Amino acid sequence: MSRAEIMESADAAVAGIEDGSTVLVGGFGLAGMPFDLIEALIRQGAKDLTIVSNNAGNGDVGLAALLAAGRVRKVLCSFPRQADSWVFDDLYRAGKIELEVVPQGNLAERMRAAGAGIGAFYSPTAVGTPLAEGKEEREIDGRKYLLEYPIKGDYALIGAHVADTLGNLVYRKTARNFGPVMATAATTTIVQVGQVVEAGALDPEAVVTPSIYVDRIVRVTARHYTVQGAR
Amino acid sequence: MTTTTTTTTIDHPLSMDELAAVIARDIPAGSFVNLGIGQPTKIADHLPAGSGVVLHTENGMLNMGPKADGDAVDPDLTNAGKVPVTELPGAAYFHHADSFAMMRGGHLDVCVLGAYQVAFNGDLANWHTGKPDDIPAVGGAMDLAIGAKDVYVMMTLFTRSGEPKLVPRCTYPLTGLGCVSRVYTDHGVFDVTADGVRIRETYGVGADELAERLGIPLP
Repeated sequence: MSRAEIMESADAAVAGIEDGSTVLVGGFGLAGMPFDLIEALIRQGAKDLTIVSNNAGNGDVGLAALLAAGRVRKVLCSFPRQADSWVFDDLYRAGKIELEVVPQGNLAERMRAAGAGIGAFYSPTAVGTPLAEGKEEREIDGRKYLLEYPIKGDYALIGAHVADTLGNLVYRKTARNFGPVMATAATTTIVQVGQVVEAGALDPEAVVTPSIYVDRIVRVTARHYTVQGAR
Repeated sequence: MTTTTTTTTIDHPLSMDELAAVIARDIPAGSFVNLGIGQPTKIADHLPAGSGVVLHTENGMLNMGPKADGDAVDPDLTNAGKVPVTELPGAAYFHHADSFAMMRGGHLDVCVLGAYQVAFNGDLANWHTGKPDDIPAVGGAMDLAIGAKDVYVMMTLFTRSGEPKLVPRCTYPLTGLGCVSRVYTDHGVFDVTADGVRIRETYGVGADELAERLGIPLP
């Protein structure tokens, strides 16, 4: 890809996302959730989306708002059911959304594989459980594994702390979570950040996501939201 | 019987806080430990000062500190249960693929998980009741179950209706096969060995009575 582009607005950053796209959405609960990009995506109107994210929305904001707007056909996630996942719960029980539950480590590794050009891999997670159904099992060196395929996104929407003008990213604390992996696994990676600095202003030793993975950046105003326990 | 049974003077079933203290006592100093979500996170409050235990949280952190309150709450810093936490000196952050690589790769010494059921062979069921109207949610449970060197379970020994949760064979959907090494409960502590379940300690009940009620060998 060409160099990352600094966008004027979140709306400009999500322009062109097509109906039926697979969209990787960063965040673990609300930490690292790209709220502004998701709100822009709701305004943009793309529908029939497949969303890949750790959770299936918390409260009424962010991913939950996208679900509530009826734009999501299917969710791949590890942990949909939480104390504040009422939007997803209602849609799921009404048969209005598909769910594929993926163990959290496999979810991350399958996206890592997509970004790293790995065709498939064997993981020991979920052997002998209901989530092994339909997967090839193989014993390697005395241990059983399941064949897992990559999860590739058409788009990734992630949040980061600071970007430089080339698209190098640093994150903040546990808001890093899925961001660096999703950035590698999508055809087009769109990032919202709290600050954009000149190239050279970030310590090259501290860059977490190198600019090669980043396509569009938009600076947004940091916002406060309530942190809730999952259970 | 080759397993040594520890005798204790505790004469009542333990509360979950007391049980957390027992588990904290048994975690070797200097271990890398994951405490999952919910009840096991209480163990952190009982780790002795200077234990050198490093807490891992699967959302991407080592050397996690206690819960954050008031002004210390930072939306960018939570544990796996999305509860705001703090960082200790020497903390490190990493992304999710790295976090689960260190788990799956056998680098974690201990994890402590809750459970619906544990089987005598160490099978674990803790992610899904299997009821038709229940929305399945696995999180990191299956990765933790097969990843940590030692998997401890912290749970009540009996359901509210009195059914044992340490069972010959799990009836709930499985999380992992043969992965549990020790089970901490309000009525006693059990080791899962190649020869079956062995009582390690009991609280407020005789070992013979407990063994008979569970259908496991006498200590």
